[in-house]
Amino acid sequence: MKYFHLVWSNLGRHRLRTTLTLLSIVVAFILFGFLSAIKQALVGGISVDGNDRLIVRHKVSIIQVLPASYEPRMEAIPGVAAATHFTWFGGVYQDPKNFFMQCPVVPEEFLELYPEILLPEEEKKAWLATRTGAIVGRKSAEKFGWKIGQRVPIQTPVWVKSDGNHVWEFDIVGIFDGKNKNTDTTPLYFRYDYFDEARRNVKGQVGWYGLRVQDPTRAAEVAALVDAEFQNSPAETKTEPEGAFVQAFANQIGNIVMITAGILGAVFFTILLVTGNTMSQSVRERTGELGVLKALGFTNGHVLALVLLESCLLSVIGGLLGLGLARLMTSGGDPTGGMLPLFFFPTRDLLVGVVLAVALGFATGIFPALQAMRLRVADSLRRM
Amino acid sequence: MNSPVASNESLVSVENVEKVFRRGSEEIHVLRNLDLQVAQGEFLALMGPSGSGKSTLLNLIGGLDRPSRGTLRVAGEDLHDLPDRKMAEWRARHVGFVFQLYNLMPVLNAERNVELPLLLTHLNRAERRQHVAAALDVVALSHRAKHYPRTLSGGEQQRVGIARAIVTDPTLLLCDEPTGDLDRKSGDEILNLLQALNREHGKTIIMVTHDPHASARASRTVYLNKGQLSTEPVI
Ligand SMILES: Nc1ncnc2c1ncn2[C@@H]1O[C@H](COP(=O)(O)OP(=O)(O)O)[C@@H](O)[C@H]1O
Ligand SMILES: [Mg+2]
Repeated sequence: MKYFHLVWSNLGRHRLRTTLTLLSIVVAFILFGFLSAIKQALVGGISVDGNDRLIVRHKVSIIQVLPASYEPRMEAIPGVAAATHFTWFGGVYQDPKNFFMQCPVVPEEFLELYPEILLPEEEKKAWLATRTGAIVGRKSAEKFGWKIGQRVPIQTPVWVKSDGNHVWEFDIVGIFDGKNKNTDTTPLYFRYDYFDEARRNVKGQVGWYGLRVQDPTRAAEVAALVDAEFQNSPAETKTEPEGAFVQAFANQIGNIVMITAGILGAVFFTILLVTGNTMSQSVRERTGELGVLKALGFTNGHVLALVLLESCLLSVIGGLLGLGLARLMTSGGDPTGGMLPLFFFPTRDLLVGVVLAVALGFATGIFPALQAMRLRVADSLRRM
Repeated sequence: MNSPVASNESLVSVENVEKVFRRGSEEIHVLRNLDLQVAQGEFLALMGPSGSGKSTLLNLIGGLDRPSRGTLRVAGEDLHDLPDRKMAEWRARHVGFVFQLYNLMPVLNAERNVELPLLLTHLNRAERRQHVAAALDVVALSHRAKHYPRTLSGGEQQRVGIARAIVTDPTLLLCDEPTGDLDRKSGDEILNLLQALNREHGKTIIMVTHDPHASARASRTVYLNKGQLSTEPVI
């Protein structure tokens, strides 16, 4: 690329101005990276591996319990392939800051219904063989330094053991990974049979159910059948696709996504003006020089390309720096200590960022480049 | 050097050329029915009062502008109806410009400035370096190759400008008041250089100047006045 030196030298013409413009582009792309990580954390859990699953909860609210005896009745409904249940445990490890999800589940049913939970076969066997056994996701295991064979105490204000104790102890028998990058690997799952026997109150009651339907396209029909089954019973149900269930949580913060998208739009619009202004100012100052290039035999096309290359180089350098920094800064994972377990800057969005940087270069360079291209040689030499 | 024109033809042939500028509703007739023939190997001085149209004529011959009327044949090409792109390619091949204010790129050092016209050729990096070194050698500035224009004197900058003009070995050198901004001593050095390029390297040169001292170096002098050329100065 023999013209590179010429393009590069022109960027060095006003070091301060170029640096400031570059900085504003870098900051914009860091922001882009962060917002994309936040968006990922909010909506990333939705839609993967869950489109054939329904969530059944109490009609009044998610914190009301349902009888465990509903399970066989659900499995009998046409179109339901499998059912299992979950209960909110609400515990912390050692410190209230160490808040993460724990759930009593029926291991075989649970692992069958959630294939995105990857657990080695021998650990699965150990779990089935150990009544107080629990499996924990890789992320939390690393965070707390837990090893297989370790006994961990979890304190919960929600559930009292029959001996009046609020601290529950579990034996870690397995550590699971997620099949996908957006599979949540923070929770701890332990056995429902142990839980139900050891708790003092509300025995036989569970938090919510997960169902798998035989045909995802008929999920809405099946959901209606489930709710009909339990109509007029003491605990009526509300059945929704899993995505919608997660979305219900996300909706509380959904407005934040809108606001941040708005901020991003405004920032990039500003960057467009800032960089565009830098470029057109720089072209205006160089009218005479561009005329000389044309006198030497550079064609209009050459001049157009040189200016475009310059603006693209500027925004691609700024963009790559910003995206790289954003990737680095988000690589530590969840900055909230548990609220956003899926916080990361996905490679797909990184590539979108690169495309955005090139587009920014084009958008900011095209008008000055056309202006440079249209300069008439004799006139621009006159203006030296 | 191969001649791009037949030996019986002029290198520059300007016939019945008119140039009219429009400033608002006003028409300025800068050149009227102008004729000029320049032979291969000539060193022509073009004189005339300020605003008489010397630069305008030079721009027409160099393919930087188009005549309003008339024909213009330079180095074997009809310039009056050449499309922009072809015109640029023609300039790159046949014309070297030397400007009064040197017009070097301030962000490039001397050798990078001289290299500019070579970027348009098919030469590779090593060949370009060779040509640049040779051109800087002709203007006796090899020791300033890495210097930026702002660190060079006016005379030195003009020598870089001349090196840039000759580096592609063009058919024709067009100089618009090349000594206009220089003191007598530096100006003389530039004139010596142009004269040497004409005599020893056979370059055809057209030089616009105000200065009789400069025109004395040329092989022929023409005067532009009221849009027409004559061989006698107009008082
Ligand atoms: N692009 C243009 N538009 C309008 N007038 C012009 C333009 N270029 C040159 N002129 C006019 O043409 C006349 C000749 O200009 P020029 O060729 O630069 O003169 P010289 O070089 O002999 O001093 C001047 O009156 C100048 O103002
Ligand atoms: Mg002039």
